[in-house]
Amino acid sequence: MSGQHHREPEPYPAIRTKAIESLLIEKGIFTGDAIDAKVQAYESDIGPMNGAKVVARAWVDSGYRERLLANGREAISEMGFADNQGAELVVHENTQAVHNVVVCTLCSCYPWSVLGLPPTWYKSFAYRSRAVMEPRKVLKEFGLELDDSVEVRVWDSNSDIRYMILPERPDGTEGMSEDELIELVSRDSMIGVGKAKTPAQVS
Amino acid sequence: MNGIHDMGGMHGFGPIELEENEPVFHQPWEGRVSAMRRTIPGVASPYGGRFLIESIPPDLYLKSSYYERWLLSFEDALLKKGLITAEELDEKTSFYRENPDAEVPREAAPELAKSTLETPYTVEAPSEPDGRGITPRFEIGDSVRAANINISGHTRLPKYIRGRVGTVAKLYNDQDIQDHVPESKRGPQTVYSVRFDGRELWGDTAESNQVLYIDMWESYLEPN
Repeated sequence: MSGQHHREPEPYPAIRTKAIESLLIEKGIFTGDAIDAKVQAYESDIGPMNGAKVVARAWVDSGYRERLLANGREAISEMGFADNQGAELVVHENTQAVHNVVVCTLCSCYPWSVLGLPPTWYKSFAYRSRAVMEPRKVLKEFGLELDDSVEVRVWDSNSDIRYMILPERPDGTEGMSEDELIELVSRDSMIGVGKAKTPAQVS
Repeated sequence: MNGIHDMGGMHGFGPIELEENEPVFHQPWEGRVSAMRRTIPGVASPYGGRFLIESIPPDLYLKSSYYERWLLSFEDALLKKGLITAEELDEKTSFYRENPDAEVPREAAPELAKSTLETPYTVEAPSEPDGRGITPRFEIGDSVRAANINISGHTRLPKYIRGRVGTVAKLYNDQDIQDHVPESKRGPQTVYSVRFDGRELWGDTAESNQVLYIDMWESYLEPN
């Protein structure tokens, strides 16, 4: 960056945020370090990689899969992930006959403990308004076309329960290790707008 | 409230826009707002963070991004709570507008911090179900009709469900009602997962083999 150019003025939300942060820190409500640590956690510690580990474990361990479907919160804590958000974590399994997909029409509720912060499309007015009414059309926009024989179940996450989807294990993955399987689990497959990747898609 | 946030079933918002390899935050301020808001979770009480977002005027809600809505509602909560005043916020905003290179302080200013201690502010822990053993009114398989509730305060019963008939699919743990209801009606209730057929919700325009599940506090349900 050259110093002789005038810098673009910062957008209003950035300035307003600085003003709020400055006042709250000066007043001793929290410190700059506390806020840095939280931002760092959002960016590095939480995210869909946690959910992917849970899914891969469920694919290789049928006992774990059953525990996960019975009580999501307890099952993810076995993997070292704390779910301290909301009331329950409920996991639904996608099969050849039933396809589950999650939306929050009223706001943007999302299982942070396993998927991190939601992507922008999940919070978009288009997704929130349409997923409950025309899920097949919405899924098609994600590249997922489902046969009419498949029951599409949309879960509107309106209470303090959080939903995660356990995608189907792709064909041709029988010999793969748990670590290799983790690579196949996309964020979108755990929201239900996609399927897990095939080995060919990641190689 | 029957607000703009209650979007299920609305037309006109266009296709889903996807972004490859999206960053967690697109602008640093989004992360700061998120972190500040989560550091003092009790700041929105007694209204609730979601209600403050829903209360953003509809035109402003629609033209604001997700984190802009967080910022607007966070500012609203801080002002309502008396943690900051409108005057000092505007003054500080002008300062950072005129001094773009000025750093945000890292530590408390002793004099200001002292006055804050006199402000009644506590972080309220979320209430846990008290396990008083509520007897559920409905059981799995029951046919139920969603109540037609139109309150101006917060509710978790979306418009597109009201008056529709579904089937109880599952009973969850009790949860406190989140709606802005009179004191006598607050407290824990059985929460049900209720299944609605696509045609019941969307009539002939429903897609094939489409069902919807939604969480219903018991007071949202009537026997059918």
